[in-house]
Amino acid sequence: MKIITVEACYAVVGLYLFVLAGRIAGEREHPRRWGSAMFWALLGVTFIGANLLPSTLVGYLVVAMVVLAATGQVSRVASHEASREERLEHADRLKNRIFWPALLIPATAVVGTLVLGELHIGDVWLVEPKQVTLIALSLGAILALLVAMRTTGASVGASSREGSRLLQTLGWSLILPQMLAALGGIFAKAGVGEVVAGLVAQAVPTGVPWVAVLAYCGGMALFTMVMGNAFAAFAVITGGIGLPFIVTLHGGNPAIMAAIGMLSGYCGTLLTPMAANFNLVPAMLLELEDKHAVIKAQVPLALVIFAANVILMIVLVYRF
Amino acid sequence: MIKLIGVALIAAGFALRVNTLLVVLAAGLATGFAAGFSLNEIMAMIGKYFTDNRAMTLPIVLMLPVVGLLERYGLKERAEVLIRRSKAATAGRVILLYTAVRQISISLGVSIGGHAGAVRPLVAPMAEAAARGRGGELSAASVVSIRAHAAAGENIGNFFGEDIFIAVGAILLMKGFFEAQGMNVSVWAMALWGIPTAFIAFAAMWWRCQMLDRRIERTAADNAKAGGVQ
Repeated sequence: MKIITVEACYAVVGLYLFVLAGRIAGEREHPRRWGSAMFWALLGVTFIGANLLPSTLVGYLVVAMVVLAATGQVSRVASHEASREERLEHADRLKNRIFWPALLIPATAVVGTLVLGELHIGDVWLVEPKQVTLIALSLGAILALLVAMRTTGASVGASSREGSRLLQTLGWSLILPQMLAALGGIFAKAGVGEVVAGLVAQAVPTGVPWVAVLAYCGGMALFTMVMGNAFAAFAVITGGIGLPFIVTLHGGNPAIMAAIGMLSGYCGTLLTPMAANFNLVPAMLLELEDKHAVIKAQVPLALVIFAANVILMIVLVYRF
Repeated sequence: MIKLIGVALIAAGFALRVNTLLVVLAAGLATGFAAGFSLNEIMAMIGKYFTDNRAMTLPIVLMLPVVGLLERYGLKERAEVLIRRSKAATAGRVILLYTAVRQISISLGVSIGGHAGAVRPLVAPMAEAAARGRGGELSAASVVSIRAHAAAGENIGNFFGEDIFIAVGAILLMKGFFEAQGMNVSVWAMALWGIPTAFIAFAAMWWRCQMLDRRIERTAADNAKAGGVQ
């Protein structure tokens, strides 16, 4: 038996999303309060009901969220942020104490991961040993919030309001990683990886170990440029090229392959307008006429880091 | 080959700036149908994988109340004060310092900064001010170059620091992928092998910042020779 499960952490997230949805539903000046409240409440349902509801139903709920987002129903109210003078005053008063709660989160994560997973009396475990990373992180975030409230003297209402402000700043893009992971899952089930792998296997002599590495890293970078997201590329390229050739055929180390492979994907992210939030939005924020100025500045960086990744993987992946 | 229709849809949808969630959903449906699944089967897959990957969203949602609260009480303003005290006097050094702060902090799991939160209000203006302090008024091209490099520093620090922290999306996604394949790969090992690239990425950024400073200096010298700035 486990006292703190990861499902309990997901339930906390779900409940928080319900509170957020309730807040939004009560904001009369919110331009899309019902659509937005519905979106966050549905996300809360998927967090709490994952094991209670049939997957098919959850799938339709996800579609409902996508429809709400795509029809512009998920928006935020013009935020009433604290003025700069007010924040400066607080910064002056609190000095470096303001950093402590922020540092508590990673500290709890590391300590918790090392210690919490070991604590048990007989068959009764304090936390699920397999999920200790996530649980420690959740506990750290909650602990940091309590310490932050104590340090700043803020109320529960104030912290809930600030959280809701930030969450609404992210908006529907919050669920994009989960959606792309679902897409990766469908790609995998449909055998897209095998098709890609087949094409690469035909086109490239992956029987040579270093060529397999080049094909995998190149595939990650190119596919990331197409998708605009290294996460989406990871499942397809790793399932299609990385696992069958580098790990299964040549006996490479999967941890080294995955770590450096993902970072090769990031080199693709530096080069593509598809990653708009990293490359195009900053150009607009910085009022640059040339919308591709950031990408142009990143070309030499991406090429150098990519070449280094390929060399690192060729040297390391078959050695450890 | 028909199974690659989802990939084509993603590329087309992104190029045409359709709502990203809608594009991803359409690509999932098209790929599922092309592989012979029914609508309900596809919905079941979406529901299952969506909830299987709740770990990607959990840290963000749980961290926002505390981050929002700290921002409200002057976290960024305090960081500004600290950065101003250091006498990093060139545009390249300001940007490189920010890249280092960003990379180190995110490798410890603390995401401070961002394009809107730090680069526009803080890093780019400070870098420009540093360059002006050395060589006088800047050419338009130099201003564009400084700002673009400030944004690049944010991306480099963010991307190549993040994978060292075990609780972030990338490492959890990789772990989830391997679990789905029935493999148990340690998150610590994956974080460890991200470290060499993190150093190389920072070295590459250092090189670009040196080049930036040298270019600004050369332009300033040319301007001085030509008798001032137009």
